Amino acid sequence: MSMRATLSGQSAEAAVQSIAPRFDVEQVRADFPILRERVHERPLVYLDNAATSQKPESVIEAMVHYYRHDNANIHRGVHLLSQRATEAYEAARGKIQAFLHARDAHEIIFVRGATEAINLVAQTYVRQHLGASDEVLITAMEHHSNIVPWQILCLEKGARLRVAPINDRGELDLDEFGSLLNPRTKIISVAHVSNALGTINPVKWIIRMAHAMNIPVLVDGAQAVPHMPIDVEDLDCDYYVFSGHKVYGPTGIGALYGKSALLEDMPPYQGGGDMISSVTFEKTIYNKVPHKFEAGTPDIAGVIGLGAAISYVSELGISAISAHERELLTYATERIGEIQGVQLVGTAREKAGVLSFVMDGIHPHDIGTILDQEGIAVRTGHHCAQPVMDRFGVPATVRASFGLYNSKYEIDALVAGIEKVREILG
Amino acid sequence: MADLRDIYQEVILEHAKSPRNHRAMATPSRKAEGYNPLCGDHCTVFLAMQGEVIEDIAFQGSGCAISRASASMMTQSLKGKTVGEAEDLFQNFHRMVTGQSSNGNHPEIGKLAVFAGVAEFPARVKCATLAWHTLEAALHGDREPVTTE
Repeated sequence: MSMRATLSGQSAEAAVQSIAPRFDVEQVRADFPILRERVHERPLVYLDNAATSQKPESVIEAMVHYYRHDNANIHRGVHLLSQRATEAYEAARGKIQAFLHARDAHEIIFVRGATEAINLVAQTYVRQHLGASDEVLITAMEHHSNIVPWQILCLEKGARLRVAPINDRGELDLDEFGSLLNPRTKIISVAHVSNALGTINPVKWIIRMAHAMNIPVLVDGAQAVPHMPIDVEDLDCDYYVFSGHKVYGPTGIGALYGKSALLEDMPPYQGGGDMISSVTFEKTIYNKVPHKFEAGTPDIAGVIGLGAAISYVSELGISAISAHERELLTYATERIGEIQGVQLVGTAREKAGVLSFVMDGIHPHDIGTILDQEGIAVRTGHHCAQPVMDRFGVPATVRASFGLYNSKYEIDALVAGIEKVREILG
Repeated sequence: MADLRDIYQEVILEHAKSPRNHRAMATPSRKAEGYNPLCGDHCTVFLAMQGEVIEDIAFQGSGCAISRASASMMTQSLKGKTVGEAEDLFQNFHRMVTGQSSNGNHPEIGKLAVFAGVAEFPARVKCATLAWHTLEAALHGDREPVTTE
C-alpha cells in the first residue's frame, strides 16, 4: 500500500501519531533490571518514584564501566586514566547544561543533591546578603530541605523566614505571595513541583514578579526535573537545583545551576582540594567557577552515572515522558478518586507525578504495609513535608508517585490493593 | 512469607477500632508524650501512681492500627502493676516484637502475644513500641517528648 493510500485512509490526527515516535512503556520497562524483581512473591509495582527512582541498565553500566576501565582522580593526573575520568566527568556537566538549557557548562555545579545545593546557596550567596530584619520567602508546600537551611541561617542572622500560604487544593495563593514581597526580601526559594502534593508552581510568574523587585529566586526542581522539560534561561531563575537519584541516576549526586554572574561573586562553600588555584599559608587563590564550589574528590562515578541518566531521559524525550506520565496521573486520579472513602490530598489544577491520598478511618501506615504485601511500593508518612500535613490536618498520607516506566496496569494493581486494604481493615 | 493475618489479628483490629483507656486524665501523677517522626504518630500516656503501683493508666493520640492497639492493650496489662513489673514487661514485649525471643515468650506477656507477628514486619516495630517508649518516659518523669528514633 502506498503512503498516499495510507494517509487518505486515516484521519489527519492518526497520521501525525503514527509518524511521531511512540512511547512504548514495555520497551522502557525492559531497560530497568530491578523491575523484574518479585516482592513478597509478586511482581514489583514501584510507585515510590518521588522518593527515589529506579536505574536503567545504561546508568548501572556507565558506573561499572568507569570503575572497571577509567577509575582515576580528575583534574590532576597527566596519565591516560585521569584524562578519561576527567573527560567523562566534564562531559556529564555538558549533558546537564544542555538538559537544563543553561548558557554555560560552568553554571552547573555538582553537589550531593538538591539538599546540598540549597544549603550551598544559603551559606554562600544568601549568607552574604541577609541582614538582621531581612526576610527569606518560601511557600507552605516546601520539603524540609527547603525549610530547614533557611531556618538555620535566619536564626543566626536574626532574619525572618516568611511562608506564602496555599489553598485547599494545594495551590500557592498568588495574591498572598505577591503581598509578601518587599524590599527586605533577600531570596525566594520555591519548589517547582511539590513532593507531597504534586502541585506545579507557576515559577516563571514568580520569577518575573521577584525580579521586578530585584529579588533572586532559587527553584527546587527535585520533583520537576524527572517529569517536565526545564529551561533555566527561559525561566530566568537565578538558581535551579535537583537530585540525580530522582531522575534515574545514582544517589548522592545532584546539581546546582546558578547564573554565571552570581556564581562568580559568591564565596566558596567548602575549602579543600580542587577548589583552589594556589595555596600558601598566607593566602589562597580560589579556582574558577564551577571548580570553586567542588572541594575535594567528588563522586566521579556518581557524576558519570548521572550523565548516563540524563542521556537516557533525553533519548526517550522528556516531552514524551511528560505526556505518558500525565496520562497515568489522569487515569490514577480517576480510578483512585472514585473509590469510596478515599480523599485525594492535593488537587491542584496543574500537577505532576504525585497522587497523595488518605482513607477514612485507616491509617496510611497500615495501608502501606498491606500494599507492600501485594508487591506495591508506595510512600506513607509525612513525606518530609510536615507543614503540608498540618495544613491539611492529616498526620500522614499515602503517596503513589509515577515514573516513566509505570503503566496503567500498575495503577489497576494499586486500586485492587486499596480494595484489599478495605477488606482487611475497613 | 509473612502473612498479613500475623500482624492484623482480630484482637488487634478490635482494639484499634475501640481502644480501651483512650482518654485524658485530669490530674495524672505522671504524664509523657511520645512521637514517631517516621509516620507522624503521637501518643500521650497518663499515669495515676499509688506509690510504686500503677493504679490507673490511660492514653491519647493518633496513629495506625498497630500503635493504637498496642497502646490500648498496654494500658490493660499494666493496671495494678509495679514500676519494676512494668519495665520487665516492656523488655519482654520489646524482645518479642523485635524477634529476639526465639525460645518462646515470657509467661508475663499473656494477651500481648498477639503482637508477636510484628517481628515479621520490621518497619512496624516502632508502631508497636511507641506507647511503651512513652510509658517509660512517664515512669522516669521525662519532660521532653520521646521519639522512637
